[in-house]
Formats: sequence, C-alpha cells, structure tokens
Amino acid sequence: MKNSNAVGVELKDLTKVFPAFGSQGEFTAVQKVSLTVEPGEMATLLGPSGCGKTTILRMVSGFEIPTSGTILIGGREVTKLPPNKRNVGMMFQSYALFPHLSVYENVAYGLRVKKLPKAEIRERVENVLDLMQIGEYVQRMPNQLSGGQQQRVALARAVVTEPSVLLFDEPLSNLDAKLREYMRDELRKIQQRVGITSIYVTHDQSEAMAISDKVVVMRAGQIEQVGSGTDIYVAPENRFVADFMGKANFLPALDVRPDGSATVFGRPVRAVRSRSCEGAGRFVLMVRPENVLLSNDGPFEARVENATYMGQTFQYTLAVGDTTFTAADYRYHVNGIHRQGDTVRWRMEEQSLRLLPGEEK
Amino acid sequence: MSQTVTARLRRQRRKEFAMLIRQPGLFLCIAAVLAILIIFCIYPIIRLVIATVTNDAGAFDLSVIKRVMQTTNFFTSLWNSIKLGLTVAMLSTLIGYVFAYAVTHTEMPGKRFFHVMAMLPILSPPFVISLAMVLLFGRSGVITKTLLGIPRNNIYGFGSLVIVQTLALFPLAYLNLKGVLESIDGSVEDASRSLGGSRWKVFTSVTLPLSVPGILSGMLIVFAKSISDFGNPQVLAGDFSVLSVDAYMQITGLYDLKTGAFMAISILLPAMLAFFIQKFWIARKSYVTITGKPVGNLRKISDKRTVVPLFIVCLMVTFSILLLYGTVVWISLIKTWGVDMSLSLKNYSFVFKRGLNAMKDTLLLTVIATPITAILGMIISFLLIRKRFYGKKLMEIATMIPFAVPGIALGIGYILSFNTRPLLLTGTATIIIAALTFRTLSVGVEAGSNSLRAVDPSIEEASAILGANNFTTFVRISLPLMRSALFSGLLNAFVRSMTSISAVIFLVSVNWNLLTVSILSEIESSRLGVASAYCVVLMVMVLAAMLVMEFALNRTDKSSGGQSI
Repeated sequence: MKNSNAVGVELKDLTKVFPAFGSQGEFTAVQKVSLTVEPGEMATLLGPSGCGKTTILRMVSGFEIPTSGTILIGGREVTKLPPNKRNVGMMFQSYALFPHLSVYENVAYGLRVKKLPKAEIRERVENVLDLMQIGEYVQRMPNQLSGGQQQRVALARAVVTEPSVLLFDEPLSNLDAKLREYMRDELRKIQQRVGITSIYVTHDQSEAMAISDKVVVMRAGQIEQVGSGTDIYVAPENRFVADFMGKANFLPALDVRPDGSATVFGRPVRAVRSRSCEGAGRFVLMVRPENVLLSNDGPFEARVENATYMGQTFQYTLAVGDTTFTAADYRYHVNGIHRQGDTVRWRMEEQSLRLLPGEEK
Repeated sequence: MSQTVTARLRRQRRKEFAMLIRQPGLFLCIAAVLAILIIFCIYPIIRLVIATVTNDAGAFDLSVIKRVMQTTNFFTSLWNSIKLGLTVAMLSTLIGYVFAYAVTHTEMPGKRFFHVMAMLPILSPPFVISLAMVLLFGRSGVITKTLLGIPRNNIYGFGSLVIVQTLALFPLAYLNLKGVLESIDGSVEDASRSLGGSRWKVFTSVTLPLSVPGILSGMLIVFAKSISDFGNPQVLAGDFSVLSVDAYMQITGLYDLKTGAFMAISILLPAMLAFFIQKFWIARKSYVTITGKPVGNLRKISDKRTVVPLFIVCLMVTFSILLLYGTVVWISLIKTWGVDMSLSLKNYSFVFKRGLNAMKDTLLLTVIATPITAILGMIISFLLIRKRFYGKKLMEIATMIPFAVPGIALGIGYILSFNTRPLLLTGTATIIIAALTFRTLSVGVEAGSNSLRAVDPSIEEASAILGANNFTTFVRISLPLMRSALFSGLLNAFVRSMTSISAVIFLVSVNWNLLTVSILSEIESSRLGVASAYCVVLMVMVLAAMLVMEFALNRTDKSSGGQSI
C-alpha cells in the first residue's frame, strides 16, 4: 500500500475573510498564508484557538472557499472545487462516523459512492480494517465501539479511498491522555506506512512535535515559523513561538552585540541571536526551564519563591530582583531540594540560549 | 478601509455563488424550491393585497377600502377580534403556565394524564369544543334546558368564545412554556433557595422572570391563532361579529371577494406581526439557554400547599375538556337529540352513506399532501441549516407565511391566484393539496431543522469529502439521521391537514369535499347529531394515523439496530 506517487500541497497567499460577528465589518481568519507540504510529508498546523489553522484545513478540504489565493494539490489548482471532487481524505475532531451505518458500511461508503465493483470494495475494506487491527468489529455500529476503535474506523474510512492528501482536524482531542499518546504513535506509523501527504491541525505542541515532519506555528491568521519540531523548540524566532512550543523564560538582556554577547543580571552571557533581532531595540534572553541549572558554583544568585514537586521534576519559581522565572530540576534527588525563601546559586546551559527581540513582561 | 472591506466580502460572496453554480444539482434544487415557495406561499398573499387596492379593471383604487370602512361595521369587528384575541391570549397563557409549572416543577399526581389531555384540543378539529358548548348550553342544551330548565339560553357571543378558544388554544401556550420551564437550570433555583429564599420568593424572583420570554411568546402565538380562528366564531359568535367570519360571509353570502380580502388582510397584519415578533425577537431573547445544556436535576416540589391548588386547576380544566369531548361522543350515539334520546347508530349510518365521499376525499388528499409536506420540509431544513446561498432568508420567511397568516386569508389568496391560466387550479384536487401542504410546511421545516441542528455537521462533511455529492449525502446520510423528525413531521402534517378548515373552505368544490367542511355545514343546518358523528369519525381517523406512525417509527428503529442518534 506504500504510496510512491504521493503528491505535494501548495498554498499561495491564502486569505480568508469572514463577515464579523454581528454582521458589521469583517474578520480576517487567515492572512496571506503561503506554505508547501512536500509529497509524503506530515505537516502540522499548530497554534492557539482562533489562529486560523482549522480555517486553512477547511479551505484545503473545500468546505470554505478562500477570499483570495490559490490551493494546489499535486500541481493541480483545486481552489474552487467542491469537497467531493478533490480526492482528499479527512479525519474529524468528532470522528463524524455515520451513526446509522455499521463499521463495514462506514468504511465502504466512499468506495460505494465511487461505484466500484462489490468484490473490490469488500477486498479493500477488509485490507484496511486489518491494517487498523479492527477487522473483528466489521458488523458493529459506531456507538458500540470505544473511543480508540472509533478513531481507527474514522482513519480507515479516510484512507480506504486512497486520497492524495489526508487532513486531520485535532483527531485526538476527544481521547484521554494515555490513549492519546498511544493513538498518536499509531497514527504516525500508519501515515508513514501508507506514505500519504498529510496536514494535521492541533493546539497541542507535544503532539505536533511527536507526529510531524514539519511544524507550522501560527498566530492570528499568519505563519510565525516553519520547521522541524526540534528546530522550532531549540531555535524559536520570536517570543510567541518560544512560549507556545514548550515553556520558556524571558530574561532582560542588555548590551546586546551582533556577535550574540549580552549582559544578563549584570553578568556577560553568550547566546545565539535570532534572525528577527535585526533592527530591534530591546531584547530578551530565552532560556528553557530545564536549562536553568541549580549548582553551587553557578555565577548567579536567586531567591526561591516557590517550590513544586511534579514527580519527574522539582519545579522552582526563582526571583532575581523583580524578575521571576522557572527552573525545572530533573536531578533533584542528587541536587537536593530547596525550600521557599532559600537562596540558591545557578547557571545556564550556554548552548541553549537565544536572544529574541522584545521586552521582559 | 471600509471601502476595501465591503469589496473583499462582496468578492467572497461572488466566489461562493460561483461555487454553488459548480454544483448544478444543488443550484437547481435551491432554485426550484424558491420558485415553488414564491408561487404558493408569497404570491397568493401579494394577490390578496393587490385585490384590495385595485378596482375591477385592475387599476389602483382605494375605493374598496373606503367603502368597507364607511359602510360596514368593520371597526366593531376589528375591535371585537382584537379584544377576543387579547382576552384569550391572557387566559390561555395563565392556564398554560399552571399546567406547565405543575408538570415540570412539582410531584403532582397524574402528570402524564394531564399532559395527554392538554394535547387533545390540538389533535381535534377546531370547532369540536364549540359544537359541544352548543350541545350542553345552547337553546336546547343538555345542561341549560334539561337539567336547569332554562329554555332558549343564548350561548352565542363573546363569553362563550373566550371559554372555547381558551380551551382550544391554551395547549399552544402550555407546550411553549413547558419547553421554557424544563430548560431552566435547576441549580439556579437551588441557588436562590440556598440563599434563604422562600418557595414563593424563588418563584417570583427566579422562575417567573426566567420564563418571561416563554410567557410573551405563548401570548403572541395564542393571540395570532385567536384572531385568525374561523371555525369557533363561525359556530359560536352569534351577534358578536369578528373579522374572520365577516370575511367569509362577504365572500360566500355577498360574493364580494374584494371586501372579504380586505377584511382578511386586516387580521393578517396583526397575526403575522405577532408571529414574526415571537419568532425572530422573543425566541432569540430567551435567557434560559445561556447556561447551555438543560440540567435534569430540577428538584420537584411535593409540598401540599403548592401541589393541591395546582392540581385542582388542572383537574377543572381537564374535566371541562373531557366533558366537552365526551358530550360530542355521546350525542353522536343518540337517535334524535332533544326528541328521542335513545342510543342508536343512526347518525353513523348517515355519515357513512352521505359522507363517504368527503371521508375518502379527505383521506386521499391528506395522504397525498402529508409526504409532500414532510419531504419538502426536510429538504428545506437541510438547505436552511447546512447550505449558504442567496435567498436563504427569503426561503425561511416564505415557509412561515402560510402558517402565520389566517387560514381565511390564505384561502382567499389561493382563489385569487389560481383562477386563471397558466395556474388554473380552482376546483381541482391540486389546489387543496397545495393549501394543505404549504399551510403545514413550516411545522415540517421546524422539526427537520431542530433534528439537523442536533446532528454534527462534520458527519455530512465526512460524506462530502468521501466523494458524495449533495444529493447522495442528503439521501444516504442526512435523511436517515432526520428519521424521527421526518415521522413527527409526517404526523403533524397529517393531523393538521385532516383538521384544517379555514384555509380550505373556499377551495372545496363539488368534486372534492372535505370532512371538516361537511361538519361545519351540518352544524349550520342544526343537524348536531350528524355533526358529532362526523367529528368522532375524524378524531378516530387522526388517532388511528398516530398509532400507525408510532408503530412504523418503532419498526424502523428496530430494523436499523435500535441505535439512538
């Protein structure tokens, strides 16, 4: 079933305007978004609710028509095609299984609509149900399945028609935490096995990192940064991206030079300047909580404002002057535990520091 | 900036229209539905208006209106209609509120029974209660003459009409208020109680204010129905003239279509106004739904001091309804009422001989109209809820018009509109079927819309993205999911068609007659025993239809695995 002739998706200057709530004026949901998804790639649109990620997905699927811009699937323009003529598959947040049809009929639906011969339908449905390991539930009705099983049926139904692109609209958000992680890995495995170009929408950054080749971070209808999960986590271009991809502290950085040296809490540090620093007047130093290391030989001193036991880590809220930030200590059983009011010494993991434009909060 | 804003939105709309044209099936469907609605829902009302402001030559002329206002007792009738409407609206809403509160908020015994009894007036022809009033309290009424010895009691007039319409229309207010009271979040009332409020305080400071939208919309609905009502005033009004009956008299007695049309419009305006205010203003103002899903943890009151008075009111109303309906059944079984009171099936044998054609016609026309109403209703609700297109608002309003206007007005509009080629329909079965269909269409649309709103739209999107076109999606996915709404739409359309009178009274002909019209003419010629038998036959038919539908719904439920949606 490996798909060697996977096709790419191209969005060019995509804009979508909705009439504003209450009919006066307009609301721009997506603003001049351009994006290329390579053949066979899994790209994730990541962002807070209302950032336009779902609107983009609905434009690719054909449920919304762009106000301007074009959509190409495999080089063919589909911008104005209705959904049923686009040959894309979609997994919905609510799964959207047909409640009055059995598992078999649900999966066979797309093939029946295409009027394929009965024998072929049967064969393809059985194959895909086996691939999803749900062959034994063929005759069940959707309401007789667990959440995870419904999920598999929805995926089976989406891939059985061999669409050129597969779209995922937060498909895991209805599952509980454990099952979510399991299904996430399953989804990824199946997507890689089938080799189908996919666009995945989520607001969960760990899901985005775990599942995708390419992460597209969005805010207010625009793309903030595109890259692999690690790229974006390690080298965010701005505060929003840094904050949205995991946790981040922003410390005031003074005397920032083009070579990346700066002064933080009165001491010199070296960090990587992000490209967006060009022309900025004020800067912050981005440091992840796990890179704030408590050690007696550290150059900095801080007050412990709060200490919270998280199981995996001990999380401290530290204060230097008026600035508070977070440290996550993974080695608290070795380093020992500090209490509120203690004074601690600390340092920063030099390789992980980044200078970003902006002011401390 | 605002210039570019509207330009962008306009461009977007053009694109959506272009997309619609790329789906020719959907486009044709919308165009066809709009065309049908314009012809059968809007055009007749326009013709009605035109008729009153033109002379026989067709030129603009207000002399009809002038004449009506000067020569007839138009203003008396108008005031009477409004006075009746206001009185009935208040009384019906009061009784409806007592019923609804008792059913939703207390542990009163026999709630199910009271609920069923409140449905009875909705399911029967409009003038059964009037007929029963005449039988019990009329000139030779069972109670007035036989029991109390009052000869020639004058039952006709304002007072009786108020009683009859209140009993006939309070169920509308009840249903509306029941929905509102049920959806009040019980925890809000609990909160008031836990803050130290007495039960009376909770009622006056929480429950009552929260049900104000329900009260207003109940009053408006009843008001509209009362001033539109034709059947009851025709039987009971006597010297108390109201516009619906006046309009009918002008046309059947004086052959003055234009005067009749103007009178019909005079009640059409307030009735439509009341309906649309209710629909688009009050219904959207409801605060009840703010808290989201109705919570089922309402604590029911079992305190005797509250329950007993409510119980007594419900019992009295129910007793009146039972007495009136029982009287009709009883009289239908009596040989010659007032002369020979022995039991006999004479009336029924008469009905089945003379009325057989009307019975067959009624059944046939209704059986044709009902599925058309239901299917058209489902299609329209699908388009309204799920599709974006130009003329959507027009479609929504158009479906409501025949339901909102007085039946008399619709009937006159139909004669005016469909008496010339190419739409020469007067005297045919088609015009009756059309009147029945479009008069009840709004009920089907409402049922379909409500059930579609409950279905996740992504289920239909899933079908589209799997390659199905709009038609396939509608037939294979939406329609099966709307099944229960389809059945309730069918049932409602059937009952309303079987029992409607005002909209069709001008449309019946020698070839096609209806039971309700036969009943009215029997009442007018004082053959009350026969009229009663007709009523009983009609009610039995409606009841049978309900049982059949119920059975069919259960059957299809089972055959599809019994899953609920």
